[in-house]
Order: sequence, then C-alpha cells, then structure tokens
Amino acid sequence: MTRLLLLILLLPLGAHAASEAPLDRAPIETTDTASIQRGAQVFVNYCLNCHSAQYMRYNRLTDVGLTEQQIENNLMFAASKVGDTMTVALPAKTAAQWFGVAPPDLTVIARSRGADWLYSYLRGFYRDDARTIGWNNTVFPNVGMPHVLWELQGQQVLEVTEHEGAHGKERVQTLELAQPGTMSPTEYDRLVADLVNYLVYMGEPARAQRMQMGYGVLLGLAVLFVLVYLLKKEYWKDIH
Amino acid sequence: MTRSQALLGWIDERFPLTKLWKEHLAEYYAPKNFNFWYYFGSLALLVLVLQIVTGIFLTMNYKPDAAQAFGSVEYIMRDVPGGWIIRYMHSTGASMFFVVVYLHMFRALLYGSHRKPRELIWVLGVLIYLCLMAEAFFGYLLPWGQMSYWGAQVIVNLFGAVPIIGEDLAVWIRGDYVVSDATLNRFFAFHVIAIPLVLLGLVVAHIIALHETGSNNPDGIEIKKTKDANGRPLDGIPFHPYYTVKDMVGVVVFLAVFSFIIFFAPEMGGYFLEYNNFVPADPLKTPTHIAPVWYFTPFYAMLRAVPAMFGSQFPGVVVMGAAVVILFFLPWLDRSPVKSIRYRGAVYKAALALFVVSFVVLGWLGVKPTDFLGKTGGMDTAVILARLFTAVYFLFFLLMPWYSRIDRTRPEPKRLTH
Amino acid sequence: MAEGTVNKQRRYLLGAASAAGGVAAVATATPFFLSMFPSARARAAGAPVEVDISKVEPGMMIRAEWRSKPVWVLHRTPEMINSLSEMGARVADPQSDAPMQPDYAQNQYRSVKPEWLVLVGICTHLGCSPTDKLQTGPDSGMGEDWKGGFYCPCHGSKFDLAGRVFKDMPAPTNLEVPKYQFISETQLVIGDDGKGA
Repeated sequence: MTRLLLLILLLPLGAHAASEAPLDRAPIETTDTASIQRGAQVFVNYCLNCHSAQYMRYNRLTDVGLTEQQIENNLMFAASKVGDTMTVALPAKTAAQWFGVAPPDLTVIARSRGADWLYSYLRGFYRDDARTIGWNNTVFPNVGMPHVLWELQGQQVLEVTEHEGAHGKERVQTLELAQPGTMSPTEYDRLVADLVNYLVYMGEPARAQRMQMGYGVLLGLAVLFVLVYLLKKEYWKDIH
Repeated sequence: MTRSQALLGWIDERFPLTKLWKEHLAEYYAPKNFNFWYYFGSLALLVLVLQIVTGIFLTMNYKPDAAQAFGSVEYIMRDVPGGWIIRYMHSTGASMFFVVVYLHMFRALLYGSHRKPRELIWVLGVLIYLCLMAEAFFGYLLPWGQMSYWGAQVIVNLFGAVPIIGEDLAVWIRGDYVVSDATLNRFFAFHVIAIPLVLLGLVVAHIIALHETGSNNPDGIEIKKTKDANGRPLDGIPFHPYYTVKDMVGVVVFLAVFSFIIFFAPEMGGYFLEYNNFVPADPLKTPTHIAPVWYFTPFYAMLRAVPAMFGSQFPGVVVMGAAVVILFFLPWLDRSPVKSIRYRGAVYKAALALFVVSFVVLGWLGVKPTDFLGKTGGMDTAVILARLFTAVYFLFFLLMPWYSRIDRTRPEPKRLTH
Repeated sequence: MAEGTVNKQRRYLLGAASAAGGVAAVATATPFFLSMFPSARARAAGAPVEVDISKVEPGMMIRAEWRSKPVWVLHRTPEMINSLSEMGARVADPQSDAPMQPDYAQNQYRSVKPEWLVLVGICTHLGCSPTDKLQTGPDSGMGEDWKGGFYCPCHGSKFDLAGRVFKDMPAPTNLEVPKYQFISETQLVIGDDGKGA
C-alpha cells in the first residue's frame, strides 16, 4: 500500500540529473542484504583504490548483517580500525594529474546520480582509441575514468545506426560485446547491480531503519487521530 | 484555597498569567464557523517551533566552514545518533513551512482576512513571509552542496544588478569576490540567530494584533457586532477548549503527512532535497541546470521572464521584488463592500482563480529550464508563458481597485451561517 | 456552555488523548535526546587501542593514546615492584579502596601483572598530566627518599610507581587504571577487558 502511495507521489516528479542516453532500470532490491554485502566486496576491491567514501565507516556495515570480524577480514585492506571511514591513500592532487579530474568521493554518489544512472554508466563503457585512456562511455561521454571492470565485462564497441523514425532520421547507439570477459553478460550485470545496490545503501545507511520506523510512527499517529477526533466531537457537541 | 490556587495568586500579583491565559485562550472568542482553511495558522506556529528545535540540535554538530560543512551534514546523517531524523525534520520543515504559509495567505484572499480592521495583521504577516524567505535563502547555503553554492551565487549576483553600487553591494554581502567561507559563516549567523529573532518578534506581534481585532471568519462579518448581555459575541466560542481540540486534529493530520515525507520520501522527488545538492560545492563547475527550491520558483520564473534592458538584469530584479512588495498594499487595493468570497461576485472569483493558476504555473516554469517547451515564433515557449502569467500576477493586484468595486456582490448576513 | 456538561465520556477521552499525546511527545523527543550521546565518530575514536609492548624494556615507560587521553604503560623492574610495599605508609590509599581501578587491579601493584603498570596519565586533582620521575634519590630532583613515581607540575601532587597519591596532596585519589587486558605476551588492549562494556 505504502509503496503504491509512494509511486503515485513520486511519479510526476522530476527525474535525476538529466542525461542524453536513456537509462536502464537498475534491477536492485534495497532490502536484499546479501546483494549489498556482495556489492561492498566489489566496491572495496575495485572502487576504493581511487575513490574514497570518506563519510562511510567500515563498521557501519554491521547494518547489512556483517560482523566486525568479517568486515576486518574481508573488506579492510589499508584501514587500521573497523571504526575508520573508507578513505584512500591516493592524494587527490596526484589523482587529478592521472585522470584529469580527482575521482569524486562516492559516499553519496547514489543520491546525486540515482541508481539507474550508475547501473547504466557501469555497463556503458566501450573501446574508443581516439581517447588516451582508450575508453569512452555512452552515459557519461568523455569520462575521465577508465573501465576498471573490463576484465570482467570484456570489451564493448559502439555501433551507430541510422534509420527512419517518427521524427525523421534517428541515430541509435548500441553497444556490442566485441571480446568477452571472464564473466557472462548476465553475471556482469548481476555484479554491477550488486555494486549499485551497495552504493544506494551507502548513500543513506539509515534508509532501512527509516522506512521501518515510518510504519510505526504512522500507526501511532492513526491511533492519536482517532482519539483526538473523538475528543473534538465530544467538545463540539456544545456548539450549535 | 488549595496550594496551587495560592501559588497562582502569588504569581498573578507579579505576572499576569491568568490574565494572559484568559485573554488569549480561555476568553478569546473566535467565530464558531472556522473551516478547513483555518488550520494553517496554528500549523505555521507548530512548524516554526519544530524548525527552531531541530535547528538548535543541528547546530550542535554542524560546522559553518567551507571545508567541513558538507561533511558535517553527512556526519549528522550517519554518525550522530538520531541525526538523520532531526535533519530530515528540518529539511522537510522548511518546505512544509512554505506550504502552510501559502495556504494561510490564500485563506486571507478567500475570506478577506486582510481587510479593515485587520490591515496590520496582514502587513505583519507579509513581513513574516519576507523573513521566512530570507531564512530559507540563508539556510539553503549551509549544506554547502552544488545547489546551495550556485543558488547563493545567482541570488547574490542579483544584487550586483543594482545600478552603480551593485557590484560593491554583492561583494559586501558575500564578504569575498565569490561565495566563499566568509559568506557561509555570515549566512550561518543570519540563519541561526538574526532572522529567527526578528521572526519570533513578528509572530508575537501578528498574534497580538489578531487578538486585538479578533479573528475573521468564512462569512467575513464581524462577530463583535452582535453581543449578548455579558458582552460576549453571540457567534463566538472560547478558543480554548473548542479550537484547541479542533486544532489538535489538524496537527495530527499534518504530522501524519509530515512523517510520511520524512520516513518515506525525504527528498520528495528532488524538490525538498535537490539531487545536485549531494555533490559538494565546487566553485569551478556550475551544474547544467540550476533552479531554486520550489517555494521560490514563482519569483524566479518572473525574474527570467523579464528581458535584460540596457545590458542589465536589474529590471527583472525589480519585477521580482515588486511581486513581493505589492502584497503589502493588498488591504488597500481591495474596494469590495464585502470581505468573503461567499458574497462576492463572479469577477473576483475569476480573478482569484487566475491568480492562483498564474502562481502555480510560474512555480512550475521556475523549476524547468527555459527551453523545455521548445520554441514559438523564435522565442522559448516557456518564457512567453512566464511573461503572460507574470502579467496576470500583477494585474490581479493592479486592477483590483477597479474590478473589486464593479463586482456584483450579494448582501452579507447579520449572523454567521452554517 | 461547557459548565455542567463535563461528563465521564469527556474525561475519559481527554485522559486517553493526553496519554497518547504524551507518548507521541516522548517519541518525538527521543532522537533529540539520543543525538547528544557520543556519535559513531566519537565511539570509533574511543574504541580500545592495541599497544605493542614487546620493545618496552624493564624500567621503560611508553605513552599510548586512548579516548584522547594519555595512557602510560610502565615496565616495572623488580626494584620498582619492591619499593611499592615500602610506600604503604606514605600514600593516602595504600589498599586502593577508592574505585579508581577495575576490580582485577585492586591490589598493591594496581595491575594485572606486577611488572606491568597501566595508568591514565591525568591527575585526579584538576586534570593536568603528571610527569614521570622514575629515577630514585637525589638524581630525580625529588629529594633523598624519592623511590620513583610521578609528579604533577600544576599543583605538586606526588604519586608512587603504582599511581597511588601521597598523603596530604591536592589530588584526592589515586590515578585511574583503565580497563585493559593482555591478548598475548606482547600485546595489550587498553579500553577493553573482555568483560563487556
């Protein structure tokens, strides 16, 4: 019921930061803690080398069912304490020299970009020899980031076809997998979805708790409403 | 005499506690026919209290420092126990304040609450609205996200459009050549203490003035004209307990809506918390599309609707300012013999409807980029629409002395109707 | 109007609504109340710290930081340990009766192992950090009969090598012993004794 209400409430409202390419829907379930755990593993293995998440504490991951011991053993490489935040050793200045821009902090990236954008972006890399880094992206053209996950996904190339559409000639961009990676496309999509799920969780770790509390609060207010309404009726009997 | 009565007596000899209680609650006679539109005054007071309390607790962990502000908000959202609730209450409260105040102001237009003898209540109310806009503007810089930063940059630059002194004025407001740490620090001071003090004083004055004249009502007639032998208005009922219990119902319904937003849609689809504001302020990179938060967009649309003249944005700034200032004159622009819309004719009803439509459409246009509706005759359609509705907005006021007089009104009743 | 009609129903409803409203008020106040407890950052900074003591020779002292406070770890020599029993008459609380230490450190050494002393290096008088005067006799600058200990420069409080305060000093109690435990022969954890929070 609440989900339906939410949907109605949010439908007419704006989309996240507009971008040219149509976005794919991220197939994530924010209550799936196993997926978030897998995503956290991908995040620390592949993203946390260059991108920090400087407001996220490792031990916050106990939210999604990990113990502090598991976090220390599986997810922490550089940090010394489980209560530390996810910082990177790479100084922003050096990084800016390497990539042209300093890799942004990813703590709240899902809140500014949205899950669909991230999901599409991470699946949108293709080979582009015109660029020094050798990669380009359909969602974020001329991005400074190379395709970190290419060994898993393989190499995509961009196919541009033109055909007659409703508004005259339409250019359609499609990505073809030219050289497969170590994962099948389905496996890779699953991995990216897990990662995005983790990024969404990290953007607002209190989210699950927030929703849960919300039901209680609304229920309590419903009870209060009945009482206050009856009280008002009772008093207003006097008024003619 | 019981002990508590004795204590009360002791206090009353030194402080008019019982007198205040009676004058403002137990023996304040309010018309008995208040409807839905009369909830929003008490709700505005509730939101004010909520904003002050949540604000106090936010300042305990917020850092008004360009290097730390963004991080300190995330710190509140993550590390401070219960911090996210307090922050969402404050961010949602800001928007809900405007929702409530706009509805409260609309009520005045419906039932003529701004008309004689309540002109000062209205003027004080408009001053409160001005303070609220200042409060929202200063507060919006504090999270130090991209929208905070560029929003402040654009608005402060509007002052730069003032002829001759403009550039110096903008620098003076910022305390720097761009929005910077100095700007953040002074906006913080205005947001947490200066404006709230003024706001509280104005709210007290607003209520004192209201209780002096007595409340208006949906019939727009004075209940004080018909009194019983004891001098009590026949159509009045004591505010307490009748309206206290009634307002409680409104409060609970409001809190349900408020809680729903906080717990299930705190960003409200990007309207209460803008997506780009989750990116830290970057003085070197402007987001592709900047729009103010929704409650300012009608005025922002007017600003954009006015073309630059003599190479200056100043005319737009003047129009935007005039759109707010003109509200002050409303009590004297209205020449209708009746107050309430119930007894007004079709002309006022149509004018009010057009006014509401223009305000809403301007608000919608202000959210969008100017080219989002394509072009008509070489001009952005959205700009044409904005000009049209800006004209409607102003004509509602400027033509009011004329159309409110020629309107075919019906006679007001002597007593309240049910 | 209201007079005389205050009936049972009204009282009952008023009571119920007030109670429910009270619950709502308390619920609303909860996050505000909770927000004033230490944050995740403060708790992370106040987490137990591990100290490597393998390189601390007898007679040496190292300083660790725990909850932004200096914590001293002193490796006492046999002479130092022997001196403690002689100090019994000169210190104010020889048996450590005042609760300035965990139960397991309430002995004449004020420690788990006699040779290892762990103390919060904050004077119990007004919070200065005393300096260590580990030498004995005139070399220490503390007088002929000084057996080694600690001296607070702010108001002159003196403590022995178990952090026990001398008689008639400004400091009211012995120095505090934090919770700690040995997780190995060479590893010490300060702030956690494995006995819960």
